[in-house]
Amino acid sequence: MNTKCDVLIIGAGGAGLTAALNAKMSGADVIVITKEYPTRSQTCMAQGGINAALGNAGEDSVEDHIANTLKSAHGEADPKAIEYMCSEAPKVIEWLDSIGVCFSRTSDAKVAQRALGGASASRACYAQDYTGLKILHTIYDRCLRADIEIQNEKYLLEILKDEEDVVYGAKVLDIRSGEVENYEANAVILASGGYSRIYDKNSTNSTASTGDGIATAMRAGAELIDMEFVQFHPTGLKNSSILISESARGEGGYVVNSKGERFTKELAPRDVLSRAIDAEIKKGESVFLDIRHLGEKLIDEGLPQERKLAKLYENVDPVHELMPIRPVAHYTMGGIKVDSESATSLKGLFACGECANHRVHGANRLGGNSLLEIVVFGKQAGVNAALYAKENSRTATIKSDETSIIDTIKEYENRDDFYAKREYLGNLFYKNVGIVRTKEELIETLDEVQAIKKNISMFGVSDTSKKYNTNLVEFIEFINSLDVCEVVVKSAIEREVSCGAHYIV
Amino acid sequence: MKISIKKDEGFVEYETTLEGATLLEILSDIKHNKDNTLAFSSGCRSSVCGSCSMRVNELEVLACSYKVEDGDSIEPLKNVEVIRDLVVDMDKAYSFNQKAKAWLSKISSGINLDESDAKINELQSDCILCGSCYSACPVYSLNEEFLGPFALTRIWKYVSDKREDNTLQKVTDIQTNGVWDCTLCNNCTVVCPQNISSKSDIEMLRMKSVQNGFIDPSFDSFDGGFGFDGSPSF
Repeated sequence: MNTKCDVLIIGAGGAGLTAALNAKMSGADVIVITKEYPTRSQTCMAQGGINAALGNAGEDSVEDHIANTLKSAHGEADPKAIEYMCSEAPKVIEWLDSIGVCFSRTSDAKVAQRALGGASASRACYAQDYTGLKILHTIYDRCLRADIEIQNEKYLLEILKDEEDVVYGAKVLDIRSGEVENYEANAVILASGGYSRIYDKNSTNSTASTGDGIATAMRAGAELIDMEFVQFHPTGLKNSSILISESARGEGGYVVNSKGERFTKELAPRDVLSRAIDAEIKKGESVFLDIRHLGEKLIDEGLPQERKLAKLYENVDPVHELMPIRPVAHYTMGGIKVDSESATSLKGLFACGECANHRVHGANRLGGNSLLEIVVFGKQAGVNAALYAKENSRTATIKSDETSIIDTIKEYENRDDFYAKREYLGNLFYKNVGIVRTKEELIETLDEVQAIKKNISMFGVSDTSKKYNTNLVEFIEFINSLDVCEVVVKSAIEREVSCGAHYIV
Repeated sequence: MKISIKKDEGFVEYETTLEGATLLEILSDIKHNKDNTLAFSSGCRSSVCGSCSMRVNELEVLACSYKVEDGDSIEPLKNVEVIRDLVVDMDKAYSFNQKAKAWLSKISSGINLDESDAKINELQSDCILCGSCYSACPVYSLNEEFLGPFALTRIWKYVSDKREDNTLQKVTDIQTNGVWDCTLCNNCTVVCPQNISSKSDIEMLRMKSVQNGFIDPSFDSFDGGFGFDGSPSF
């Protein structure tokens, strides 16, 4: 197994795999590592669609796509980055179509498009409600065709830098063997996902979205930006936080209270709708998503996953019953600061996907723009990292030491249970650093986070096995989450005026 | 309620008070509160990432979509190496996608799929690579190099796609350790959480193979048999 390459990519979701394909096509020797397997990445959970102004379902234009994205971003985006992303979008769909993504189609042989919140046109191309799954799997197939080396179940511990502060690789835990390995590369791309799981169970995300790459990059000295912007999805299932896609509202679903009254505009941007639902819940109401009037045929054709999930996790059949919902953490706009070439503030380190902040979402992301982002900037990061690697080829081998965070953790006392603390912290964040924030509660939460960090050696790992120790991996994820939590609260305190998803009273 | 879980050291019995919970919720509860050493994989909790496939009472399920009953016996998938407890190594299983060349080989120019074209392989593209079919497949006890149900479903996905311009090559690549090795037992269909039938996809691929001039190798053993058009074949 290789541990040396031109471009090392950490993370194998849509962004990482797109980066890998493009780096390889640019002539670089590539290794992709993931803490799971590629097709298990967060990308597979994206349901609603991918935006491109194709105008297949009524008039649309790239200018309108740009305008809608800018508006939703509340002035916190980079107009040039948005312009680039939206202009690339039609080409992205063309590429995905050419590699075999099974998009839903119209009767006149075009890629079907539907309306999502905040969009002036039906702009989201979709594959039923499996858009992310089908895009991810097709890109994965493409990587197999390109013979890209993907190493599974490798967990990032540290970004390695030389004495001139240039990134030259990563320290990684092989989860299976328990060995710590040093990977060397001329360029490193982080594509390791977001941090919605700092809200623990109050999130739609996979349990893997613990902000590992962001925390690790920060510890290596990379700048982060806009970490306070966390998007709460208005329609998570009440008990399980499982996502009911925005496409349910795009197709015409209603948001109602227990009296059956509609109290808000269903297709308002996610931050607005989440606050409306949150306010209704705080009044003591229960809130539901109602798609009964759409009919069984449309539900089974356009929203099959939604029906299955509602039945399984809430014991309701949305064809006949209301789905109980509440807003939960869904997407993190903040991330590693990158320039217009996907380069971070650390030389040799690039970033793309949810872990990066290309400033295209600003203070609130539009539905359908994240799948777009991962392909557009995945490609950019891949091409640029390959170019950088070529120009900055290293000849001398660097001696990396063998110690890691795991040696430190072994000394911890393991008196307190970190799983309980993780749950406590997630609930505290949902309450205090959630949909509506106050300065007092933010400060209180910061104190709490810092206290936990200070006493981290009280926690620890009970499982002493070297082989496949998920207790250890989850503890390191907890440490990463804590680092991310601290930055999120600090950034939230610094931003004293409400803006998009950051709403302070 | 009691369930037993096959760990490295053998079956271990756990008591749980969670009612109406999914197996994944119960496994997480055990891991967090009773046994920190229990190893299992999970991800999305919503049946789309394919991480938490395992066997309950010898039948493959996704832990996140299975509601536990008293006395259930939980084991890892079969036909794959167990790394620890319920965690298996999927590398070899997934390598069959590459061996089968499960991708679009050559794009047809000027083909625009319409609504009904998109329906042809909609179901096959729902596959989440959980490996349930692979675990349930009896062929692996005879032939470890069998391309297997999910890889062949993926091939059918691309072969049946009107955009694929080189179906002959795709079909040629799955003649050895491929379509003819399947026993058509239908186990894969029974356990698929996405209601895909690899068996019927394999039957479609057999038909496509015959159309392209390939012959079921089991016919080779007949001396002086007859071709499909009734003429003697030598």
